[in-house]
Amino acid sequence: MKADPRGVLTGTHFLDGDHACCEGALAAGARFAAGYPITPSTEVVERFASRVPKVGGTFIQMEDELAASITLQGAVWGGAKAFTVTSGPGFSLMMEHIGYAAMTETPCVFVDVQRGGPSTGLPTLPAQADMMQARWGSHGDYEIIALCPNSPQECFDLTIQAFNFSEEFRVPVMFMMDEVVGHMTEKVIIPPADQIEVVPRRHTRKAVEDYLPYGTNGDGVPEMAHAGEGYKFHVTGLTHDEHGYPNMTPATQDKLVRRLQNKIHDAIDRITLLEEECFDSEDVVVVSYGITSRVAQRAIEMARERGLKVGKLRLITCWPFPEKRIRELAATTKAFVVPELNLGQMVREVERAANGKARTFAVPHAGGSVHRPEDILKVIVEASR
Amino acid sequence: MTILDVTNPVEPFLRTDRMPHIWCPGCGIGTTVNCFARALIESKIDLQSLALVSGIGCTGRVAGYVKLDSFHTTHGRAIPFATGLKLANPKLNVIVYSGDGDLSAIGGNHLIHAARRNIDLKVICVNNLIYAMTGGQTAPTTPGHAITSTSPYGTCEPAFNLPHLVEAAGAVYVARWTTFHVKQLARSIGEAFQKKGFSFIEVISPCPTLYQRRNKLGDGLDTMKYYKEKSKVKHGAPTSEVGLTMTGEIIVGKFVDRDRPDYQSLLHAQMVESLGESYVEPSETVCSCS
Ligand SMILES: Cc1ncc(C[n+]2csc(CCOP(=O)(O)OP(=O)(O)O)c2C)c(N)n1
Ligand code: SF4
Repeated sequence: MKADPRGVLTGTHFLDGDHACCEGALAAGARFAAGYPITPSTEVVERFASRVPKVGGTFIQMEDELAASITLQGAVWGGAKAFTVTSGPGFSLMMEHIGYAAMTETPCVFVDVQRGGPSTGLPTLPAQADMMQARWGSHGDYEIIALCPNSPQECFDLTIQAFNFSEEFRVPVMFMMDEVVGHMTEKVIIPPADQIEVVPRRHTRKAVEDYLPYGTNGDGVPEMAHAGEGYKFHVTGLTHDEHGYPNMTPATQDKLVRRLQNKIHDAIDRITLLEEECFDSEDVVVVSYGITSRVAQRAIEMARERGLKVGKLRLITCWPFPEKRIRELAATTKAFVVPELNLGQMVREVERAANGKARTFAVPHAGGSVHRPEDILKVIVEASR
Repeated sequence: MTILDVTNPVEPFLRTDRMPHIWCPGCGIGTTVNCFARALIESKIDLQSLALVSGIGCTGRVAGYVKLDSFHTTHGRAIPFATGLKLANPKLNVIVYSGDGDLSAIGGNHLIHAARRNIDLKVICVNNLIYAMTGGQTAPTTPGHAITSTSPYGTCEPAFNLPHLVEAAGAVYVARWTTFHVKQLARSIGEAFQKKGFSFIEVISPCPTLYQRRNKLGDGLDTMKYYKEKSKVKHGAPTSEVGLTMTGEIIVGKFVDRDRPDYQSLLHAQMVESLGESYVEPSETVCSCS
């Protein structure tokens, strides 16, 4: 389905990543956001609060992130597309409700504009140190999708993608920005609404008597109903059967949790978004994501100027981890170099997927600024030997 | 041969396919659900417009037994979930049904802010003076000196007086009954449906398994006798004077019934004032289906 033109600010703009993310959410059809202010993410909801009353929607500033992250889920079950926006400490508070969204299959988007941590850390400065938290932060076995933009344009485009994935798979999608991408201002082109593809809610067409809230049609993703439509369905964070009723047996647990995992795993090729410049004959492939990919780009160019054979793999989808492509590249490459604004998170995944076929070099950075291209170049040179 | 019609009048409101329920014999939660169902019958409210939201606890399980759109959320967060539901679809009548610990301890911040905003929610708080689901620990409502599993020598903390708390925070309707007062409770629930704004009904309810037994207060029947003998109906009583003790008087009645614009009316008025023609009513476009 095409985007509702009322939410689409078609034109060429000069926007920062936070504002572009807000426009992406509006274009995707988000008409509800609940938030709690935190640097460097607040601009997303500030813009939403100003824009959404003119397109027919609601913003509410809640009393904390625990509230924001569940209020938005109430709104989803009331029929809205909804999201919340936060950063480090707020993201930590939201973890229980990421699990609730995964368990109840509530389609929604969590935007995390990453800043330096742990704790209050570096409120105004960048990091990429919430990547593992985004994947594993809530308790129990579950799957999420995480996307990582590297420009304001992508903050717009990929926010739409995040909503689309959340609706298609009924899964919470983590939108993993960082302070630099959030605050950098660049040209953002917003296309006309009829050129923006938007995934509608998987709303059931079944009659009340035939509707099984957590039954699936073979693709592992159940159809939704909204409150007030007469379906009288039940939603719970307890382990539940196809009726949505609590059923705390190992067999039901096994069936449910595996389905939550498989609905994402089975679609991994479709979910995996990569930007790649590899010709299967590189000595070194630099794997990066978010703001670091732009620094890595410079380092790759510098290395190529020196005659080194260096490829580039940018993870746009970070979770589920695109391990198939890493595995393929590991067969033809000597080494991976993984710069990131943390002391080593996604590099573990690269190393795991490479499985000893290629060596893996981290380029850690504790955050607060981005890498210098020279720091990455140094490791590329070392890895090429 | 005559065939007796043995259908309980509240059955159509229950998920009978989920019976038997988990509550202990003598527990008061089922009684409150009965009153709730009777209030629905009497108020003739359109069941399709109702959504019920619970947190976690013995009371939190109510959501799983009512034949309504029902949400069993996370511990303490029924109110913010209900807030999102109500804002996304203002036509819904949203009920929050949960325990005292859920609503006033882990969810206490949401309770006062929802009352302050005057979100149009009907909150039914089953107050058994304890955390029951987890085995009978101290709650913010546990009266002084009571023995609980985490206060084996008696509690020393002052307890919350919930009607006073929610009145101060801004609730438009505040009542308290015990599970002895089934008629009055059903009537209060019906009245709350007539109110627009944050309504709060506290139901003092026995947990014979954990609270009464540990405190040597007898069984379910003894508790009923206590409720009957020691309750005093005082409509309009100043909420500052309705605090509870372990064996003392229980002031019950309708304490607060006032009018104040609810959140959505305030939001609407503010937007119309500031944006005029360019304000687009959320309900017109909120649904995300094709
Ligand atoms: C975040 C979180 N912390 C703790 C618990 C454990 N827990 C479940 S129910 C409950 C207390 C419930 O007490 P109350 O709300 O008074 O309800 P009751 O069981 O008495 O009806 C607790 C602490 C939980 N489920 N989630
Ligand atoms: S433990 Fe107490 S509150 Fe829970 S079901 Fe039993 S009697 Fe009721």
